[in-house]
Amino acid sequence: MNRRFDMVRAAPWLFTLAFLAIWEGSVHILKIPPFFLPPPTLVAKTFVEFWRPIYTNSLFTLSTTMVGFALAVGFGLLLGLVIGWSRTIYAGTYPLMIGFNAIPKVAIVPILVLWFGIGFIPAALTAFLISFFPIVVNVATGLATIEPELEDVLKALGASKLDIMRKIGIPRTLPYFFGSLKIAITLAFVGSVISESIASNHGIGNLMLQAQAQFQVPLVFAGLVALAIEGIVMYWLMAVLERRMTGWAQRSGFAQT
Amino acid sequence: MSFVSLDGVNHRYPDKGGGPGFLAVEGLTMNVARGEFVAVVGPSGCGKSTLMKLATGLQFPFQGEVRVAGERVTAPVKIAGMAFQSPTLLPWRSTLQNLLLPLEIVEPHRRQIRRRKSEYVARAENLLASVGLGGFGDKFPWELSGGMQQRTSLCRALIHEPALLMLDEPFGALDAFTREELWGVIRDLHAARGFTVILVTHDLREAVFLADRVLVMSARPGRIVHERRIDLPRPRDLEVTFTSEFSDIVHELRGHIVKARQ
Repeated sequence: MNRRFDMVRAAPWLFTLAFLAIWEGSVHILKIPPFFLPPPTLVAKTFVEFWRPIYTNSLFTLSTTMVGFALAVGFGLLLGLVIGWSRTIYAGTYPLMIGFNAIPKVAIVPILVLWFGIGFIPAALTAFLISFFPIVVNVATGLATIEPELEDVLKALGASKLDIMRKIGIPRTLPYFFGSLKIAITLAFVGSVISESIASNHGIGNLMLQAQAQFQVPLVFAGLVALAIEGIVMYWLMAVLERRMTGWAQRSGFAQT
Repeated sequence: MSFVSLDGVNHRYPDKGGGPGFLAVEGLTMNVARGEFVAVVGPSGCGKSTLMKLATGLQFPFQGEVRVAGERVTAPVKIAGMAFQSPTLLPWRSTLQNLLLPLEIVEPHRRQIRRRKSEYVARAENLLASVGLGGFGDKFPWELSGGMQQRTSLCRALIHEPALLMLDEPFGALDAFTREELWGVIRDLHAARGFTVILVTHDLREAVFLADRVLVMSARPGRIVHERRIDLPRPRDLEVTFTSEFSDIVHELRGHIVKARQ
């Protein structure tokens, strides 16, 4: 056992504490008014004081995000496999996808509201629309980068395209897929909060908008903290999932020191 | 009756715009007898890889005819094993599972793999032991050295007991000592099992040490410009590579390559 102080394990906590300390210190030293930038202690106090609305709205945001994310995983995986399967479909859908991805999703929210009203559905759909693209691209890339020699080995044995997909394509794509989930989950939060702050009576996005309208700036920041916590937890879950499913692809010691 | 024959083969790769492209091989004619070990040498870019693809039915000639085991090739031949310069093992499968991959694809094993699993595993373990990798079946490819990975790749090419083994510079990326060690491995496998081998290589010593016959290809478009029978007695020991007889053959072939490059 290593009894020495483990710098790497302690680093995330130390860095976070340092960040909060600098924030707190600057607010006091520079005499920044709390309605402009509240110090972390005040944010924490507000967080505890308003824990009930923060909690219920966080749950709402989490559920819209997860529904949107689940749609993105299903749809993204399917589309990625189809695009990686066929050159024609790849060529045909690529400009569409790029164009679609280039559209700021905030511009789509009014259309979604027109179709589905305000609340849960547009938030989940915005989360879906913003997060499926990285999944599609990563899955398709995984399939497109199969070594041609490996394909030859199997083809010479009479393997069908489906065989090659099952034996090589899909297992090979998994690290790309799980890697993309980490990006997609964070984007999904962006999508649902955007939609909530434009068109919803629930969710953290809405809570922050209302707090801002009433000049409760510490509550706005408390909302941000709630979002950050949700984001970190989901990202961590995806990272754990990635390590468990594709441990074979992560044997590099490059970033471990 | 030859086992593999190419007769007046022209092969052209069209370019992307649909233009005429370039001729990879032109008027390529060669015959390989059953059980024979043939090495093909030539300057780089002479169409050796095209030859590999034509003989295994991964591509079909633009003109001319390719026959394997008496039949005109119109589909992947399925009786060939292939190994390349890179071992192309699957990193998510153990060495043993990598070996079983061809059996999951090729008939009739494909249908029987569930039922005869233990038999196939035993076969794979025997094969691993025969190339000096006994007990390494549970290791993953990235836990093996380059030479061990290449042995595994050879085993994978042989697991379904193919009648034809196609080798595309299989030892090109290895250090000199490992390479010579693997020459011994492939020599012994060929002697024990009697399959037909077509070895594409840049290494003239390798070609002369292993082959019954060495074919020299011209620069692109490739065709056979010289044929040299190697009558060194078998089994050949590595010592033979230091005899003057051996060096003379290598030297002579080198002359033909130099001519072929021009």
